[in-house]
Amino acid sequence: MSLWVDKYRPASLAKLDYHKDQAAHLKKLVEGGDFPHLLVYGPSGAGKKTRIMCTLRELYGPGVEKLRIEQSHFTTPSNKKLEISTISSNYHIEVNPSDVGHNDRVVIQELIKNVAQVNQLDTSTQKNFKVVVLTEVDRLSKEAQHALRRTMEKYMATCRLILCCNSTSKVIPAIRSRCLGLRVAAPTIDEICQILTTVCKKEGLTIPREMAEKVAEKSGRNLRRALLMCEACRVQQYPFNPERDVSEPDWEIYLRETATLIAQQQSPKRLLEVRGRLYELLTHCIPPDVIMKGLLKELLQVCDGQMKAEVVQNAAYYEHRLQQGQKAIYHLEAFVAKFMAIYKRFLEEGIADIF
Amino acid sequence: MHAFLTGGSSVAVKEKAAAADPPSSSKSQKSKDGKIKIVPWVEKYRPKTVEDVAHQEEVVAVLKKSLAGSDLPNLLFYGPPGTGKTSTILAAARQLFGPELYRERVLELNASDERGINVIREKVKKFAQLTAGRARPDGKPCPPFKIIILDEADSMTKDAQSALRRTMERETKTTRFCLICNYVSRIIEPITSRCAKFRFKPLDDEILSSRLKAICEGEGVEIDDKAVATVLKSSEGDMRKAIMFLQSASRLCGKDSAVSGDIILDIAGVVPEDRLEQLVSTCSSDSYEDLDEAIRGIIMDGFAASQILSQLHDNIVVNENLSDKQKSIICEKMAEVDKSLMDGADEYLQLMALFSTVMNQICHGN
Repeated sequence: MSLWVDKYRPASLAKLDYHKDQAAHLKKLVEGGDFPHLLVYGPSGAGKKTRIMCTLRELYGPGVEKLRIEQSHFTTPSNKKLEISTISSNYHIEVNPSDVGHNDRVVIQELIKNVAQVNQLDTSTQKNFKVVVLTEVDRLSKEAQHALRRTMEKYMATCRLILCCNSTSKVIPAIRSRCLGLRVAAPTIDEICQILTTVCKKEGLTIPREMAEKVAEKSGRNLRRALLMCEACRVQQYPFNPERDVSEPDWEIYLRETATLIAQQQSPKRLLEVRGRLYELLTHCIPPDVIMKGLLKELLQVCDGQMKAEVVQNAAYYEHRLQQGQKAIYHLEAFVAKFMAIYKRFLEEGIADIF
Repeated sequence: MHAFLTGGSSVAVKEKAAAADPPSSSKSQKSKDGKIKIVPWVEKYRPKTVEDVAHQEEVVAVLKKSLAGSDLPNLLFYGPPGTGKTSTILAAARQLFGPELYRERVLELNASDERGINVIREKVKKFAQLTAGRARPDGKPCPPFKIIILDEADSMTKDAQSALRRTMERETKTTRFCLICNYVSRIIEPITSRCAKFRFKPLDDEILSSRLKAICEGEGVEIDDKAVATVLKSSEGDMRKAIMFLQSASRLCGKDSAVSGDIILDIAGVVPEDRLEQLVSTCSSDSYEDLDEAIRGIIMDGFAASQILSQLHDNIVVNENLSDKQKSIICEKMAEVDKSLMDGADEYLQLMALFSTVMNQICHGN
């Protein structure tokens, strides 16, 4: 039995639930016979991958769904062996080059050259190009992105790229200008509600409107998350009880408690306690930037006006350092300490004003 | 066997083209001649001769002289993307050597090729050392040198660049180098001093629009002046971007309908003006919660922070409600945020930091 997320993933462009205009555009694009490189971007859970797969299906027919996982091997100029797993069908190959860290350039150069140098034998029944899907392009190193530039133009005749990323900020302009950009906005709360209702109907369940709205709110406009949450609720209790809280991931609760601890008391002793908790979160593989954002969101609720701005500035500052640095814990802790200092000063000023 | 396969494919292409397009459009006629039908317009409308290159008079003058028979210096082309650097040198090389000699006389290396110090030492050196004749096979004269094009030279390592220095001087008899880059500051001084530098200016709107219109005519695309203006605005003097936008939009619209401005905005990923206005007016409300919600919304809709940043900049600079000092504070913060974004910092946090600065300046900054 597969999860609802996979089970009810739309398989063709016609069946997509939202952004229908875009789907129609994609369809026209495929029908035109001429297909540009695509750059698909949008927040996670908005349906980027679904759209890519639908487009591929529209291009090549159901053959693209016969996937196989392969291990590819590459050798860097310094004779280091790289191994990366690729997912491919007869018509396309999907790879996440950032898996191999800073050697991603080699993978891109070799992989695309390999794919592009093979011509499709029978062009009467197929398109005369293959598609390379690269995911997480925003995490590619600058060298790898530069390597893409000319490669994209050179192998245009036999190979198209579909790039997939969360934000185009980290994609160099030279690549952006070579692709057709497709923005996939996150579904609105209403759209998520509708999808939840239809999915439940297909499962033979009924979901009250309030419940669907609650799940949609909690998911933060992330459809995948909404569906997973909905399924989890179903496992916990059915029929759905709108009164009941939608269960949240326990790390979020843990994070909230941590924030409360910080706001309650500002002392070195408390800082030590918080450090323990931060380590706990990190060892459970919660990404540090998520921790930072979660903490900020909770902490801001105890601040007012002017102080909020200051805290936000500091959060941005430490998060930037975090991305550049090696160990996340220093920067998280620095932010916590900074917040404590700001908060304490604010409280003391408040007391001084009273007297 | 090979002939059979290619023959088969061209027939298939013809059939497909005939099935997909009504016979009236110019594209399908092209493919009936047996040509490959999928050529991006960017390639199709690349200047074929040096004279075709728009707006770059100095380079064109120098290259024309060299075509007429005089010598060519080592060249260094720099300028923003999409101004015709690569096109110019490719067109010149083609005119100089003709199609037969082109392959043996021109070595094109770019960032997608391996270009470490070893490649410079071996491949480039070896190629540079070959001597070249004075005549083409068909008897026409041609200059007695070869051209090595190093595209995207600013992504070469310092070591590789230094390895070039001596090679460049020693092989002047037989080889000319042409370096192409976006930022001349990333090329080491000894190299720049050995080359004739040419700056490629961003194309101005008139030239862009006349070229775009010519392409539209050639491809049978309907477009009104307003949509052309939108393309110009969102492409910022980058010809390749403009043509890409145009082609993408015409593909998205299909053959029958005219290209509209909205679709171009959508492709370019531009934040709609009213959306941005709304964001700025949220800033003047001095309510942190509203701002938080607005920014979450805009990120959820998939707009890129860098795009918001550049549009906000345009907005702030002409904003009449802010004093010069306030503007400078905001712009300084923008620079900081831009750098942080380039380093891979989180978009939400950076935008929040930026907009809370804006909010602070608007509401409390006097």
